[in-house]
Amino acid sequence: MIASVGFLLTVTGCGAVDNGESINAVGSSAMQPLVEAAGEQYSSNHLGKFINVQGGGSGTGLSQVQAGAVQIGDSDLFAEEKEGIDSKLLVDHKVAIVGLTPIINKEVGVSDITMENLRKIFTGEITNWKEVGGKDQDVVLINRAAGSGSRHTFEQWVLDGQKVKGAQEQDSTGMVRQIVSTTPGAISYVAFSYVTKDVATLSIDGVKPTEDNVKNNKWVIWSYEHMYTKGEPKGLTKEFLEYMLTDEVQEDIVPQLGYIPVSQMQVERDVEGNIKEISK
Amino acid sequence: MEDIQSKLLKKSKKAKLEQFGKTISFIAILFIVVVVVAIFYFVASKGLATFFKDKVNLFDFLFGKEWNPGSVSDSGKPLVGALPMITGSFIVTLLSAIIATPFAIGAAVFMTEISPKLGTKVLQPVIELLVGIPSVVYGFIGLSVVVPTVRNVFGGSGFGILAGTFVLFVMILPTVTSMTIDALKAVPRHYREASLALGATRWQTIYKVVLRAAVPGILTAVVFGMARAFGEALAIQMVIGNASLMPHNLITPASTLTSVLTMGIGNTVMGTLENNALWSLALLLLLMSLFFNIVTRLIGKKGELK
Repeated sequence: MIASVGFLLTVTGCGAVDNGESINAVGSSAMQPLVEAAGEQYSSNHLGKFINVQGGGSGTGLSQVQAGAVQIGDSDLFAEEKEGIDSKLLVDHKVAIVGLTPIINKEVGVSDITMENLRKIFTGEITNWKEVGGKDQDVVLINRAAGSGSRHTFEQWVLDGQKVKGAQEQDSTGMVRQIVSTTPGAISYVAFSYVTKDVATLSIDGVKPTEDNVKNNKWVIWSYEHMYTKGEPKGLTKEFLEYMLTDEVQEDIVPQLGYIPVSQMQVERDVEGNIKEISK
Repeated sequence: MEDIQSKLLKKSKKAKLEQFGKTISFIAILFIVVVVVAIFYFVASKGLATFFKDKVNLFDFLFGKEWNPGSVSDSGKPLVGALPMITGSFIVTLLSAIIATPFAIGAAVFMTEISPKLGTKVLQPVIELLVGIPSVVYGFIGLSVVVPTVRNVFGGSGFGILAGTFVLFVMILPTVTSMTIDALKAVPRHYREASLALGATRWQTIYKVVLRAAVPGILTAVVFGMARAFGEALAIQMVIGNASLMPHNLITPASTLTSVLTMGIGNTVMGTLENNALWSLALLLLLMSLFFNIVTRLIGKKGELK
């Protein structure tokens, strides 16, 4: 009892206690669980410092941080890729990687597909699963909402500039999974962390959607999770962003929530998609 | 003497209280008016920017069939055709109102004319309960029950206007029913008595007198239900499929103004064409609800029982 009180005293005594300092991090709903978990951990380690986390979408995050309304804008996209954002004003902090995988209804009966055929499915050229070795079943496409980060990443790496067929759209990953698991012939795409046994994943050209394959870029459908600040971060914002890259977050929270730590990547990708190996 | 004079000349406590109450109510009303005006101004300024700032043709917007604000057509015009959503919104609204009206009238007649006791004791609370259910619950039931049923019975993927219609039908039914009940109750008692005295049966009285006299009220109820259906976003978004394509039949994915609006707004950046185009949809919705409001006013005025 005395020991624990003493422990508490030393803990609180060591951390500089500020009275109610807080910053806001707003944006990508895909990143929300990660930033929330890290923010809570940070607050419990640093009394009196709060990280308010909100969703709202990558577009919201980028525009709010550009307008100076929030300190951190979460985004799945590079700021350069979003129309209406002046990326020169913003500083990029990559805190994690997220891999995306196509998911299909379990009854379809396909487990591997070529990139070419996957593209044809999403452009509407292939409309029946038997054309790629599955059941005689119509393909039901489910897209994410136009402008969403996941959709952008998927289209960038799978569609190769071709136009996606007009189809159903859903705005949340949970909803997408629910629909794919219950609709015969359905196909969509979600972040790795959202894959459950209700749905089946597809490997592409024999490459399985695993974290290791993302790390060496064999699996190309992935994106960075960015935290943007307007100008160089200062004060609590800087401290929190540094905290995001500590081992505590990178090796604990990040993998737990299904993201991939930046530190474990063997390659680096820029906004144009050029790959550079990271020499270790 | 002086005392009495001053007492008489001074405002009484009651009068002061009344003045105070008046001021408070006036401020409240003023506040509401300011809020409404502000909303109109905000939505209009953003929504009209699509046409004035981004130079989108109004006809391309209202009658274009391709919605993809992020990209441009072959001729270089932005793809902001809202016709698929406008059509989708109107079809689900009309269909759900068409299905809901007979049910609502039937229920209301039963509850006011045939079995008022059972009506007020059991049915009314049940119907009022339906109003209180959050729309996300309707949406989820739609997603897990209605969509698979539509898929099994009618084919397709299940997502589409038909599923949306069923969900909206249940959602607007309580509104239309309770307003129809009010309309039927408002028919003066002596109408019924006169009819019965002339030797009409109960059925004849209901059909030829009560319902006829309540037509304006029933119409108001239906328009009110349609306004609700038109503006519903969450539930419909979960079952309609949200594909900005012209609806060819009732079982392929379609979209409504609300579903496209709520899905897109978080992914766009304020001030860009994509964002403004969504605000234009919002403006359209606002104008439509204004229109529904005016219609109910007109019907109400025309059919006032004197």
